[in-house]
Amino acid sequence: MKDWRYWLAEQRGTLLAFGIFIVMFVIYTSNHPAGFTANVVQTAANKGVLLAFVAMAQTLVVITAGIDLSVGMIFLLTNCLASWLVVGTPMQTTLGVIAVLAVGLLCGAINGAIVIYGRLQPIVATIATGAVYYGIGLLLRPFPGGSVNEDLADAMTGRVFDVVPASLVVLLAIVLVIWVPFSRSVLGRAAYAAGSSETAAYMSGVPIRRGKFAAYTLAGLLAAIGGLFLTFFTYTGDAAYASGNAYTLFSIAAVVLGGVSLFGGKGSAIGAIFGALAFRTIGDLLFVFDFDPLWQPLFQGVILLVAVSLGAFALFRVRNRLEWFL
Amino acid sequence: MSETTPMVGKSNGGIAGRMPKFIRRADPAVLTAFACIVLLLFLGSLYSRSFLSPEYLLQQLKVASFLGVIATGMMLVVLLGQIDLSVPWSVAAGAMMACAAAAYGPAGVVLAIPFGIFCGVLIGIVNGIGVAYLRIPSMIITLATNAVAQGLMVVYTGGFSPQDSATGAMRYLATGFAIPGVPNAVIIWALIGAAMVFVLTRTGFGRTVYGIGNRERAAYLSGIDTRRVVMIAFAVSGGLSAFGGVLLAGYASKAAQSMGDAYLLPSIAAVVLGGTSILGGRGSYLGTVAGVILITLLQSILSVMQMPEAGRQIIYGVVIVAMLLLYGRAPASR
Repeated sequence: MKDWRYWLAEQRGTLLAFGIFIVMFVIYTSNHPAGFTANVVQTAANKGVLLAFVAMAQTLVVITAGIDLSVGMIFLLTNCLASWLVVGTPMQTTLGVIAVLAVGLLCGAINGAIVIYGRLQPIVATIATGAVYYGIGLLLRPFPGGSVNEDLADAMTGRVFDVVPASLVVLLAIVLVIWVPFSRSVLGRAAYAAGSSETAAYMSGVPIRRGKFAAYTLAGLLAAIGGLFLTFFTYTGDAAYASGNAYTLFSIAAVVLGGVSLFGGKGSAIGAIFGALAFRTIGDLLFVFDFDPLWQPLFQGVILLVAVSLGAFALFRVRNRLEWFL
Repeated sequence: MSETTPMVGKSNGGIAGRMPKFIRRADPAVLTAFACIVLLLFLGSLYSRSFLSPEYLLQQLKVASFLGVIATGMMLVVLLGQIDLSVPWSVAAGAMMACAAAAYGPAGVVLAIPFGIFCGVLIGIVNGIGVAYLRIPSMIITLATNAVAQGLMVVYTGGFSPQDSATGAMRYLATGFAIPGVPNAVIIWALIGAAMVFVLTRTGFGRTVYGIGNRERAAYLSGIDTRRVVMIAFAVSGGLSAFGGVLLAGYASKAAQSMGDAYLLPSIAAVVLGGTSILGGRGSYLGTVAGVILITLLQSILSVMQMPEAGRQIIYGVVIVAMLLLYGRAPASR
């Protein structure tokens, strides 16, 4: 096979997610009363990047054949923390941003340590740590409130050169700074290898533990960046249990739409970003078609069910009857 | 249970030899859970004298029975090595649908409870088909059905503003006294628990559940229709969650949207703290009973101490991780 055909086979999921997103976005903007304007794109981008960051976080963990049910709660916790710390002079704001990111990193590292070195099941361990993170968030913000450095917030949610949404530029920068180096490093390879076949990776001397630990830790960092952006958009911190759960759930849907295999070892964060943008656009289609907003949770739930069912159909991979029974 | 006996004997050496037989035979995890219960009761009695009064303990048992019913279904699924994350909206759907059915005349009132349970079973069957036949990981499909059930309930309550008060029968089941001194909810939990113990230890179905939890492939090769068993287990779990919701609605005398949220983590925690392996195939109902009582007492003490919700969430999470690290770890690498 030629090189480009390998590349195509490898990127099939990402390209599919990109295609779905483009089709959905064209339907969305062509039916939007304001049409395809910089304003509509900016609003859509601002909503989309929140989920995109959380979905990137989920991707890193899913690639190792794990799952992180606490991403939504890290997202909430860092939102609450940012509403306290990211204020004041430019110096204080910078320190605040660094502190928020460090807390996200720490949350991810705790998850990683419990799952990898404590040898617990990722599902139960991250539900439990998620409860802890939510509790801390609630301690910080028992009631919605707080504030944020509005100059920074407006810069992050505004437009660059009056055309390109700044949030998309930041998203691109994060991909270039975090995802690309990680996926090309030894640790990134180890994370993929651990998800693909842990035993084989172990036998070949791949540093699977360090690779998985790096994946969980970076997931915490990415969720924290998402939490920071939530603060920039809303100017407040709010520990809303339902919203944290929804982000965890949607991140899984976005990951699946983005062609990342829930069985590990396959997919990329770039696919998950397009999955997240597509999922958000599909959810917003209801508004441009003037449906009752009451239907939105059901509509999103059904998309989620269909997406995960198709994406997770291990049935398609069954080659003989015994494989059906794990 | 019998396979743990030699291990305990070996590790404890001479001390175990002198202990009564029933302690030697018991699972160390179950013993730990019961020891924690005694410890909690002791700490509570230091804090407040009324903590050991029969009225208070009976009240705790009554509150525990709602969680007990829900955790029974969860345990069945966990024994298979799966997990049911659709508990929150199965509970809410059961409660809301039972209350809604009561609005349709006398027949509706009579059928309210069965209808609520039926809705939970439906959710469970969707989960079961997804896990058993389509081979979707249980964590994923149950999260998705939870979202769909939530969407359905939001549409339903938003569009119609339905009846949400519980029927007399539901209130009687949750708060009445058929036998003087023993709340009905406790009797119901005891009956469901006894049925579960019977099914798990005395029927082919129960042995199959343990078999699948240990190695599904081996169970299949020994001629068992494992997919049917998995599906039934999920249906039972959904039904029991919904029944728990019906009882809760009777207790609070109305159904509310977010009433199930507070039951997901505690139900998993109760099963796991009771020594049931999260990987499946190992665990006893006695452990789950201990786990349920432990969680309820912990909740009660925290609320007596007027701990805010935030502190409770943190303590839950930490306790669960700590207990899991004590005896829920996967074997060391190959």
